[in-house]
Amino acid sequence: MTSIDLWGGMDALTNWLMDDVLGALFNWLGLHGLADFLMSDTLGTVIMLLLIGIFVFIVGFLVDITMIWQERKMLGRLMDRRGTMVGPLGYFQNIADGLKTFLKETIIPENADEGVFNLVPVLYIGTSVLLLGTLPLSTQWYMSNSELGVLLTFAIFCIAPFVILLGGWASNNKYTLIGGMRAAAQIISYEIPLFLAVVSVIILTGSMNYGDIVAWQQANVWLGIPLIIGFIVFFIGIIAEAERVPFDLPEAEAELVEGWGTEYGGFRFGLMMLTDYFRGYAGCAVVVLLFLGGWDGPGFIPEEIWFLLKAFIVFAVMIWVRGALPRVRTDQILSIGWKRLLPLAAINVFIAIALKALGVF
Amino acid sequence: MAKMWINMGPQHPMTHGLWNLRIEVDGETVTNSEPVIGYLHRGWEKMVEDRTYPQIIPMADRLCYGSSYTWSHVYCLAVEDLMELEVPERAKYIRVIADELQRIASHLMWLAAIGPDLGNLTIFLYAMRERELFMDLFQSLCGARMTYNYTRIGGVRNDTTPEWERDLVRTLDFFEKRMVEYEDLVDRNVVFRMRMEGLAPLSAADAINLGVTGPSLRGSGVDFDVRQDDPYEVYENLDWHPCVQPDCDVYARYRVRMDEMRMSVQIIRDALKKMPKGPVRVKPPRYAPEGTGMARMEDPRGESLMYVIGDGTEKPFRLKVRSPFFVTLSAAPVMVNGCKVADVPSIMGMIDVCMGETDR
Repeated sequence: MTSIDLWGGMDALTNWLMDDVLGALFNWLGLHGLADFLMSDTLGTVIMLLLIGIFVFIVGFLVDITMIWQERKMLGRLMDRRGTMVGPLGYFQNIADGLKTFLKETIIPENADEGVFNLVPVLYIGTSVLLLGTLPLSTQWYMSNSELGVLLTFAIFCIAPFVILLGGWASNNKYTLIGGMRAAAQIISYEIPLFLAVVSVIILTGSMNYGDIVAWQQANVWLGIPLIIGFIVFFIGIIAEAERVPFDLPEAEAELVEGWGTEYGGFRFGLMMLTDYFRGYAGCAVVVLLFLGGWDGPGFIPEEIWFLLKAFIVFAVMIWVRGALPRVRTDQILSIGWKRLLPLAAINVFIAIALKALGVF
Repeated sequence: MAKMWINMGPQHPMTHGLWNLRIEVDGETVTNSEPVIGYLHRGWEKMVEDRTYPQIIPMADRLCYGSSYTWSHVYCLAVEDLMELEVPERAKYIRVIADELQRIASHLMWLAAIGPDLGNLTIFLYAMRERELFMDLFQSLCGARMTYNYTRIGGVRNDTTPEWERDLVRTLDFFEKRMVEYEDLVDRNVVFRMRMEGLAPLSAADAINLGVTGPSLRGSGVDFDVRQDDPYEVYENLDWHPCVQPDCDVYARYRVRMDEMRMSVQIIRDALKKMPKGPVRVKPPRYAPEGTGMARMEDPRGESLMYVIGDGTEKPFRLKVRSPFFVTLSAAPVMVNGCKVADVPSIMGMIDVCMGETDR
């Protein structure tokens, strides 16, 4: 198994930058105190963490715009049209669209609660980008390797519906208010089955650490196979978590114009659109980590590539779902969540307990 | 949450056309509603009083861009009734064929429009793709794609060509295969069915009392079709029957329209077979006699009617239009009240909104 050593690489980069370039420069200039400060281990650690964060973000951002391109192109083919056409295979359309939103005026509605209205995009985008930090791409490419990694991911995931409710309320618009309320109604319907599916994974693997979960799957079997029911429940739940069709109720454009985000225009709109795909990517990544063996795969390809490949395949299924299904209604998502997914998730937990108790794994 | 009024329109993705459905919501449930129309009023009925009879044909096309042919057709029928003209047999068949082509094209646009209403864009693009074929057929028949100006007082403008008839048969064969694709996407899809079945019941008694006509009425189980009950042109010679569904819900209205597209294909095939040779047009008099003329026909949206009063000049004294959607819209509060906000677009989309004919 090969993988890219992010921490080791960044450590070497930091050492080279601080010691061999800046430290040597200031020593040569005679500023020995400053050079000592730059070469100190504490500053080196801070700079290294910053660099790791930047690298994780850049990779996440590239994956994100690739996923937008994948969605637009694949959805286009599903609908018998061409999709985006700017640049090679239409890849540059996203960049053009992103640049366009830069040029738009930022409009704040007169009667909006301005403080909250301005805070909501920051929270929504911030928490969604934060998700990238919790997801490892391989044994060596991660930003945090917490023992409670799974819990951390879902804790961060769950902030967004609350932020959406705030944003819908603060916009002082009837459409956004209904959209925000829908986000609150939606979260109570899918979160519990989603967590029960995660619980079954934790029961079998005995760990909340992504690295341990994937290592368990490498040693035994991909969890999507014994826990197939849980896998399906989790996949449906994660579509709702990422607010994609058919569960994009908070931004139902047919009846609520643009749902909770109606009043957000210009660059905020562009960033929120981008953020939706960050959440989509994070959802796919969690599916891959928990149920599809993470970075498990034949060793001739680096682990990170395996991981991203699986994430893109999971996202392709999400696009397929979007191409085939209309939006469900608020009362219907509640009934799906409570009457269908919850019993299935409970059965799945029993299966996991039985497998563990009988000593199959 | 307190009750509040929401404007679904006039600038809103739900409105196909320019109108406003004000709804009172209690949380997500609609408790009261009130359609507001008139944004597209052009004074059509007054405008045509200052135009000669042939000049009104292209005006009638503009009543509804979705089914412009049927409107110029009903106008010509009314004027022929006033002038007591007998239309050549071949022209009648061509008119029926064009009518049914227009019905398919209009229903395809409806099918396209319900996709975004329900939250799925795939069906929108699929239906629009096939509508293009029917636009092309009209283009090669009369040169125009949307407002045809094809029918004339006393016949149609030009005869069909053998090539056109060949293309027509091929298109219909191709289209029937594509119909299966739509049904695979919609009817066999649990989520589509979930959104449509049992939604917005409109009982037969309510539908009749509110004057609802067309597919929405037949979706309530009433076997009424102007083509059958007051046949015009040559419908009584053709092998067809009205499509009726007894369930009274949105899905029944959807099924009626889908079946009607198939039925239209059958009518066109039959009409092509029975179509005689001969002239397609007789010359109408320039001055209409004093008197009245009336014609009703089955528009894709329901029963359309035109009533024309002639005063011996070359211009009508008065022309009255009965728009099917204007009447159907009065049933909107009955259907919408009590449902969820998310269902409002699908209910209103399912009765096929056309504002041009409503506001006139």
